[in-house]
Parts: sequence; C-alpha cells; structure tokens
Amino acid sequence: MSGLDKRMSAAEIVAQLSDGMTLGIGGWGPRRKPMALVREILRSDLKDLTVVAYGGADVGMLCAAGKVKKLVFAFVSLDAIPLEPWFRKAREAGQIDVLELDEGMFQWGLKAASFGLPFLPTRVGLGTDLAELGGLKTVQSPYADGEVLIAMPALKLDAALLHFNRSDWRGNVQVFGPDVYYDEWFARAAAKTYVSCEELVDRMEDHYPEDAQANIVERAFISGVTEIPGGAHPSSMPPHYGWDMKAFKAYSDAAKDPGDWSAVADRFVGSDEATYVAANGGLEAVKALPLPIF
Amino acid sequence: MSDVTLAELCVFACSEAFRGNGEVVATGVGPVPRLAASLAKLTHTPELMMTDGECYLVEQPVPLGPRGYDDRKKAGYLPFSRFFDAAVWTGRRHAMVTPTQIDRFGQINLSQLGGTHQQPKTQMLGVRGFPGNTIYHPNSFFFPSHTARVFVPGEVDMVSGVGYNPAKRVPGGNYSAVDLRRIVTNLCVMDFGGPDNAVRVISLHPGVTFAEVQEATGFALIDAVTGETALPGPEELAIIASLDPHGIRNSVIKDNPPARKAAA
Repeated sequence: MSGLDKRMSAAEIVAQLSDGMTLGIGGWGPRRKPMALVREILRSDLKDLTVVAYGGADVGMLCAAGKVKKLVFAFVSLDAIPLEPWFRKAREAGQIDVLELDEGMFQWGLKAASFGLPFLPTRVGLGTDLAELGGLKTVQSPYADGEVLIAMPALKLDAALLHFNRSDWRGNVQVFGPDVYYDEWFARAAAKTYVSCEELVDRMEDHYPEDAQANIVERAFISGVTEIPGGAHPSSMPPHYGWDMKAFKAYSDAAKDPGDWSAVADRFVGSDEATYVAANGGLEAVKALPLPIF
Repeated sequence: MSDVTLAELCVFACSEAFRGNGEVVATGVGPVPRLAASLAKLTHTPELMMTDGECYLVEQPVPLGPRGYDDRKKAGYLPFSRFFDAAVWTGRRHAMVTPTQIDRFGQINLSQLGGTHQQPKTQMLGVRGFPGNTIYHPNSFFFPSHTARVFVPGEVDMVSGVGYNPAKRVPGGNYSAVDLRRIVTNLCVMDFGGPDNAVRVISLHPGVTFAEVQEATGFALIDAVTGETALPGPEELAIIASLDPHGIRNSVIKDNPPARKAAA
C-alpha cells in the first residue's frame, strides 16, 4: 500500500499519545464513545492528560484511574444515570483541574481551533460565572455596535479519538447514527485523529459508494484507523447497538461499593479487548443491545 | 374533578408557558415539562416544534417511557450537531428545565453545590447548555419540590444561567434576549413581572396560601395572586394520559398528591 495506509492496532494508536497531551474524545454522554480506545489508554501508563469531551463514562473512567490532570467539559452524564459517579468522586476530591464551558461554547472552541483562530466571539457565558472561573476574556466589536462578547479560546487538541461505523484503510469514514454530535470538529481541531470503527473495509468506493454522504469528515483529518466491533460498548452505537444500561449501572454502583477503581478496573477495562468483550457476554450480545428510546 | 393529581395540574400550568409561542422549538426536560410542551402543541399552540427527545422533529408529540423504537413519526431533523446553529443561537426555542437552585434574580445552577470550583462539595451535571439557553431564548422552570434549598437566599452557588442580576452583567454585553418566563412549582405559579424583574406569585394551587409559598422560599416574593391555578379539564387530562401511558407523572411529586389538598 502507501503512506495512505492508516491501519493501526489500538495499542499502536495509544503508543502515539504521550503524557500531558490534550486529548479530545468524541461522542456525547453515553452515546457513541470510542470506549475501546479509552480502555486501551486505561491499560497503558499514559498520564497527566487534558481531556476535552462531552463527557460520559470515558471521562468517569479516566478520572477514576487518575489519568486526568485537567478536564474541559460542559457536562458529564450517563443520561438515565444523570450524575456520572466516578467523575463526581474526582471532582469532590478536588483531584482535577477544570475548564467548565457551555455545550455551545465548547463546539465553538473546537471550530476556532479547526480554523486556526485564537478565539471566536460569542454572547454565551456573559452573565454567568463561567468567564470568571475559566479566565475567559472579552472582546469588543470594532464596528458601530461596539458589543462586548466573550472570546471563546480555541480548543486545540493534540489528538482526538472517535468511534465510527465504517472506515477504509485510507481513513474514508462513514457514520450512520442519527446524530453525529461534534465529532467532525474534534477531528478538525486535532493535530492527529484516531478512529476505531465497527467495520474496516478495503476501498470504500468498492464497498459502500451509495453511502458517501455519511462521510462526515474528510480523510485528511484522519491519522489512524482500527477495526474494533463493539468498540463503543457500553455506550450506544446506532444503528448497530444501544447502550448497555446494566453495565453502566454496575459501573455506577461500583463507585459507591467498593468505591476504589483499582479494585474494579479489571471488570470495566479487562486485560485486553477480547477479554472485555467476552466478560460482557460476547460480541453477539453487545450487538443485540436494543437502541435507547428517549 | 376531585381525582386530578397535583402533577397533572402542574403539567397544565406548565403548558400555559408555551401558549402563543409560535414556531419555536419547545423543549421540556423531565416528565412534567415534556408533557406540558406536548399538551401545549396538541391544544392551544399547534405551531410549536419539538423533537422526539433524540434528534428528529415530530409533529405528533412522542409519549413518555417504553415504546417501539420506530413509533416516532419523523417530520424533520434537529440533531445536537445542528442545535446551536438552528435552535439556540437563533433564539427559536423555549426551554423548560429544572435546575437544582434558583435565586431572586432568576440565576440558575445545575453545576455544583458548596465548596469551591476546584473542589465542590457536591458535583452535579455541569452547566450544560444553560449559559447559551438563557442569553439567547426564553426559558421557564418547573420545580416538583418548592423549598428554600431550591429557591435560595442570596445567590445560587454557581451561576450557570443568566438572570436579571445587574451586578453580573458585563457592561456592553447584549442581554436583550434574556427572557425568563414562568416558574411552576408544586405550590404555585410565578413570573418575573415585578419591579426590576422581581419574582411574583401569580396563582396559588388549590388550598395553598401565599404565606406557605413565602415560607418555602429563601427570598422575598411579591404577592400578585390573581386566583387559584386552573385545573385541567377532561380533554387535557385525556391527552396527558395518552402521552404518559406508563404513569411516569405519578412519581414526579412526592406521594403523588391530589391537586386539591385534603382538608386538614
């Protein structure tokens, strides 16, 4: 093949990351999270990460494992379990630094980074505690209106992790969930983006040309791809499978009892992905999880 | 209608917040606000737009609770990936939400309680979309338990949503779209119609007194009560029941009391 061959293993992807990096994680709460790649980080020695995410169990687990130095977030939630318990523990222990943002400001910061801008102006944040707590500055419109706006700083990412439905070895991706969240902006805001996918094909145009509109982000922004069926578990991966609320419940309960991540990490991470999937009933069981109803 | 529950009265009172709103996205977060938005669309304000709770716009409101995945009838599309562009930052939305705290300025908090920002005593969800919602489009609130822990004295622990606090407003900012509409609780209906947008009680639920509401509130309220909060009629009750076939509304308010308090 050529330099266009972006296939890597999950371990090789994590080997590209280094301590202290700013890492974006795609998806939204308990929805379409690159959990297999997160688990691979949890199996590694990586530390001192700045994590940028619309957070779910990805954030909770990385916080619980002490991998997070700083979190950039608007929420961390598992939807049906509104308060992410391991994230709460980390916050209430004063264990992590944070930059708390509004959900819309967050994507605005990713867009600023994508366009190479230092910031993008917005009204959002004015009149709240966000600017003061986050050290956000204001700018004044140079035009006649003279409006004062928050300058939302670019959220530049060293790397982004995303989980998609399909990719080919060149990074031509396809995403089929009814909502793509802000994954394309994570990819464009990042120096390197690594994608796990349910299905890796040879040449997309030979396999699924009729689905080309599902190519939500261009391959120039994709640095590495790996095939991990079930790789979003326990988060949802429409249309293939829903979230695993039983697994989320067990994970949440473990934050109370025993409340010690090192005692339960093996259950929720596993020594490798095959062991993890087997412990969760096998790939067929994961793929049979019903899609959530809102 | 002696068998109307307080939760149903609240749905009906909340639905009034959406009356005449026109073609905006009505978002009700939680069972009562969601039923209220749906009831408004099915009765007095069919122009309202709403989603299925995931990402599709529906013209037929989606019932609460378990149902077939494809039961929703998709009429349009409004995913998170378009939400700020289309609904929030254009002001074409009215949200009704339940923050953890609210203060006399209408400032709301969903993020953290006590402690410091570095180490809160209780971490909650985070500010979510409240800062953007409150500076761009109308908002209303529903609280199933009206207490001074919710309606706090002073200010909320972390200001997650913009209110009418002049001290909080950076000079030169545009606050023209800040528009806090109604507050519905298990005791009464309030608005921000007092001097400098002070909170007023505009109706009391059957059997509730202004003094009781004041007692349960951490700041001074204005008595602008014009009467008793209206009860839903048979048509509204039937619609509410059809939108909530599993009776999720019955668990919203402690002990699911009737709308009219039993005589002591």
